[in-house]
Amino acid sequence: MPGAKFTILESTCVPLPFENIDTDQIIPARYLSATSREGFGDNLFRDWRYGKTGESERDFILNNPRYKGEILIAGKNFGCGSSREHAVWAVYDYGFRAVVSSFFADIFRNNSLNNGLLPVVIPEEYLQKILVLVQNEPETVMKIDLEKQVLEVPSAHILLDFEINPYKKECLLKGLDDIDYLLSMKDKIAQYEKKKY
Amino acid sequence: MSPKTLFDKLWDSHVVHSVENGPDVLYIDRHYIHEVTSPQAFNGLESRGIPVFRPERTLATADHNIPTKDQHLPISEELSRIQVETLISNCTKHGIELFGMQHPNNGIVHIIGPELGYTQPDMTIVCGDSHTSTHGAFGTIAFGIGTSEVEMVLATQCILQTKPKKMRIVINGNLQKGVSSKDIILYIISRISASGATGYFVEYAGNTIGTLSMEARMTICNMSIEMGARGGLIAPDEVTFEYLRNHVDRIKDPGIEDKITKWKSLKTDEGALFDKELAIDASELKPMITFGTNPGMGIPVDGSVPDLKSVNKENLDSYRKSLDYMGLAPGMKIAGQKIDYVFLGSCTNGRIEDFRAFASVVKGKRKAPGVTALLVPGSRKVEEQAKKEGLDKILEDAGFELRQPGCSSCLAMNEDKIPAGKYAVSTSNRNFEGRQGPGARTMLASPVTAAAAAITGVISDPREFIN
Repeated sequence: MPGAKFTILESTCVPLPFENIDTDQIIPARYLSATSREGFGDNLFRDWRYGKTGESERDFILNNPRYKGEILIAGKNFGCGSSREHAVWAVYDYGFRAVVSSFFADIFRNNSLNNGLLPVVIPEEYLQKILVLVQNEPETVMKIDLEKQVLEVPSAHILLDFEINPYKKECLLKGLDDIDYLLSMKDKIAQYEKKKY
Repeated sequence: MSPKTLFDKLWDSHVVHSVENGPDVLYIDRHYIHEVTSPQAFNGLESRGIPVFRPERTLATADHNIPTKDQHLPISEELSRIQVETLISNCTKHGIELFGMQHPNNGIVHIIGPELGYTQPDMTIVCGDSHTSTHGAFGTIAFGIGTSEVEMVLATQCILQTKPKKMRIVINGNLQKGVSSKDIILYIISRISASGATGYFVEYAGNTIGTLSMEARMTICNMSIEMGARGGLIAPDEVTFEYLRNHVDRIKDPGIEDKITKWKSLKTDEGALFDKELAIDASELKPMITFGTNPGMGIPVDGSVPDLKSVNKENLDSYRKSLDYMGLAPGMKIAGQKIDYVFLGSCTNGRIEDFRAFASVVKGKRKAPGVTALLVPGSRKVEEQAKKEGLDKILEDAGFELRQPGCSSCLAMNEDKIPAGKYAVSTSNRNFEGRQGPGARTMLASPVTAAAAAITGVISDPREFIN
C-alpha cells in the first residue's frame, strides 16, 4: 500500500514456475469493479485457485498447505498485460511483500514500487535453481535485504545482489511516496507551465 | 548538436526536473481517465485533502464496465453501476469533462481521444490503461499507468518516470491484399515475443507506415504493450495532419494550422542512435492469427501450430499449459479449426475502417450457422458513421447486428463473455487465459480474418474472400 515500508524480509516462498503470468491471471477483469483498494487478495489468481464451480483447485500451489510465505517466486515477464494496479493490490492483500523473477513487465514493476511490494530481479539461471529448490523443499527460507540490495538463500549458499533505482529504494526504506515528492515540486511545475503555454 | 531521436525530443521537452540518481518529473499534457482505474485515485486525493491540479487537462469516459445493449436502462450489475456513478460524481465534483454512457462523444478512451481531436502530436499522454500506447500514432509520447500514478497526475499534472531505452522497427515494402496493420503488429510480436520490447519505447518507421491510415497506425501502436514496450511512436506526416484537420474542433482549438507547421519538424534526426533496431519486409507478411495464450504466439493463417521440438526446454511447461488451455495440438494446421464466436471491436480494431473491412468480406454472404458474433463499435461516432455508410444494413443482411459502444468482450468485464471452452476469433489485443471470460479460448486476428471465420465457421484465409 502507498507509504508502506520495506527493509528486511525473511520468509518461506511460494513458487509459480510459469512465464508471462499476466495481470488478467493475477486478478481477472470481472473482479475489478470495486472502488476501494482493499479486499482484492480474495480473488488473487482467481481462475487458477478455484474451479468453474468455485471449488478449490487442489493442484494449484496457493491451495497446497505445504507452500506459504511472504515471497512469491515467478517465471520471467511477471505482471505483463493490463496496467491494472489491482494486480499489485491483490498480491499485497494476499500477504506477499516481495516478488522474485528474472524479469518484470514495466507497469507492474512501477505499480509494485508505488505500493511497498518489492520486485526483485535475479538472473534466469538462479531463478530456475531457486524455483526447483523451493518446489522440492518448501521450508526453504529466503532473506531479502533492501538496504544492502542482497537476496540470500542460506541453505543453498546462494547470495545475489539486485538492482533498484536509488530514489525508489529510499522511498521504500522510509515509507515515502511519489505524491508527497511531486507536491513539493509544485512551484517548479507551475514555472514549467508558464514557460510552455 | 548530436542527432536526436523523436522520442528523446518529446521526452526531454517535457522534463520539469530530473531527480538525482532517480526518475524524471515528466509533465503530462493530456490525461484520460475511465471508471475502472480512477476511483481509488480520487479517494487518495480526498484523504490528502487536495484538489485536482489542472482539471482541464483530464478527459473522462465510461467504457470498460458498461453494457453494449440497452444503454438507456440503468446498468443492471450493481458494482458496475456504482463504479460508473462514482466516475460521474468524481468528475462533477472536480470539474472534469466527462463523456459518459449515451453521450454522443462516448466511446472507448483510445478511440475517442483521437476522434475528437484531443490527441495531438508533440504531447505527453497518459491513462490508467496499458493501451494508451495507441495515441503514439500521432507522434506523441503516450503510455499506460497504474492508479497511484493516476493520482499523481490528478494532484500535480506530473508523473515520476525513468526514461526507457529506444528501439526502432523499420517496416518497408507493400502489403499484400488481405494483409493489414494488425497482421504487421501480430507478426512483430510473434518474432520478438511478448516480452521482447520490455524496457523500450518503440518508434515505427519505414515506407509501409507512410502508406497506412491513422486508424491502421493506431492499431500498431496500440499493441506495442503486447511485446512489453512502454509505448509506440510514429512521426507525424501529411496523413496525420489531414486526420487532425478533419477531427480537431477549430472553435476550441483555432491555431491548428500554425501547430501543423511546427509539427512538420517532429522527426528522428538522420544518424540518431537507437538501443535496438529491427527491420521488417512487409511484402512477405501473411494474415496472422494467434494459437496460444499470449499475443506472441502468432502464426500465419495458412501455417501450423509449432511442434514441441521447436520450443526451448525451459519454455516447454508454459507452452504445453498454453496449448492444453486452447485445446490445440502441436503441429496441427490452424486453418479449418472450428470456431464458435467472433468479436469485432476494442481499442485495437473498433474504428470505422475496421467495420468497413469486416463488412466488405461478409457483404452478400451469410454468417455461418452456430457462430455468435459480437460487433461492437469503438465509439458512438463510429456507430453513427457505420450507419451513415449503410454498413449496418450490409451486416444485418448477412445475419449480424451492431451493438452499442464499449470495451465489451475484449476484457469481458460486462456481460459480453465468451463461454468456457468456446473458440473466439477476436480483433482485440489479448489472448490471455480467461481474458474474454473464464475458460474462453481467444484467437487474435485482423477484422478481415475475423470476417472470414464468421462466414465459414472455421479459421479461414481471408485472401480467398477479397477481390
